[in-house]
Amino acid sequence: MITKTVANVQEACKGVADGMTFMLGGFGLSGIPENCIAQLVALNVKGVTCISNNAGVDDFGLGLLLQQRQIKKMISSYVGENAEFERQMLSGELEVELIPQGTLAQRCRAAQSGIPAFYTPAGYGTEVAEGKESREFNGKMHILEHAFKADFGFIKAWKGDTAGNLIFRGTARNFNPNMCGAANITVAEVEELVPAGELDPNDIHIPGIFVQRIFQGEKYEKRIENLTVRKRD
Amino acid sequence: MALSKEQIAQRIAREVRDGYYVNLGIGIPTLVANFVRDDIEVEFQSENGVLGMGPFPFEGEEDPDLINAGKQTITALKGASFFDSAMSFSMIRGQHVDLTILGAMEVAQNGDIANWKIPGKMVKGMGGAMDLVASADNIIVAMMHTNKAGQSKLLKECSLPLTGVNCVKKIVTNLAVLAIENNSFRLLERAPGVSVEDIKTATEGDLIVEGDIPEMTF
Repeated sequence: MITKTVANVQEACKGVADGMTFMLGGFGLSGIPENCIAQLVALNVKGVTCISNNAGVDDFGLGLLLQQRQIKKMISSYVGENAEFERQMLSGELEVELIPQGTLAQRCRAAQSGIPAFYTPAGYGTEVAEGKESREFNGKMHILEHAFKADFGFIKAWKGDTAGNLIFRGTARNFNPNMCGAANITVAEVEELVPAGELDPNDIHIPGIFVQRIFQGEKYEKRIENLTVRKRD
Repeated sequence: MALSKEQIAQRIAREVRDGYYVNLGIGIPTLVANFVRDDIEVEFQSENGVLGMGPFPFEGEEDPDLINAGKQTITALKGASFFDSAMSFSMIRGQHVDLTILGAMEVAQNGDIANWKIPGKMVKGMGGAMDLVASADNIIVAMMHTNKAGQSKLLKECSLPLTGVNCVKKIVTNLAVLAIENNSFRLLERAPGVSVEDIKTATEGDLIVEGDIPEMTF
């Protein structure tokens, strides 16, 4: 059996360097690789490009990298919850490429699947389509989008085993499965790491072949961005 | 009287049919779920990865692994499913979602919509809106008829960066229900006590008014 386990987050992030491109799973603050983000902050790598649906909030998630001016470029679909992000973007310190959410997911999936490019109708006729090839299929216009290229992918899963197999939970799944195997090195952090053989193969969402390094995160804050509850009658 | 945001949502809820899978955008569209008849079966999709979305959790029962596209804590109903983002947009792009309800800053009479960016001012991003409007067959826009300065948001041409082209079919505003037809807004219904003249004044784009325009009832 092939083992993917590394001892800790330091080992998991070995090899990250200035100027690299990272993919990070998560939607809002749900399902973000908290431990890897903390390590990227500690390593203080600079000039990085981050592919992530959102940019965290001011004091959590990718917002922590923004605070230290580590990010050169963000590729995201929605960045509305982060004042520091908006400030850096409007002042021109931060380069930002906003792309449709489904296109972002599919560009990850294409990289994972060895598909260099694909056509999608999303963004046709908008500024997203500027400079891109367009083509009509079945009477409808589409634009050509390319697979991402990234050095590291940072994934958060609920459970994993030493063979790198992953199981996600709830809507913390989001972009995480699509980013597995989409970068040169996929690092998965999990809340619970078990020996291979303990997870039922029927339950695996992502097979270990897409994961190079796996470790159990030391702790998880799992912060809620927008707590909304209803009253009991 | 112009409609309240709740009444806009209530009016849109009447467009929801039995067996529909529905995607609700942030803002007024989210309220639509509160007004859907309870004798029909409807499932709400949230593009971050849940089908069968339920109401907000009771206090103390919130789960950080269970949120909607607005990052609010939610619950999952019986029969719900979770999935990744690529599969979520397969549902949307593949036209498996029957109805999309979203907000807009501007709509043009040819069905163009702008709702993601005010250059130099508001830069939040499009999220899933561009995928939704590019693929959905059935799109209803929930919006205010005019902006705070009283200027029309139903235009001949959008002035803001577009989210999608020729895609809006129906619009429910605080003043009226309108359809996009022949490169114009066709007036279908009026808010209670709002006259055709009021709506004409508030609509910059070409407005088709034919016959008696019924008043909405609540």
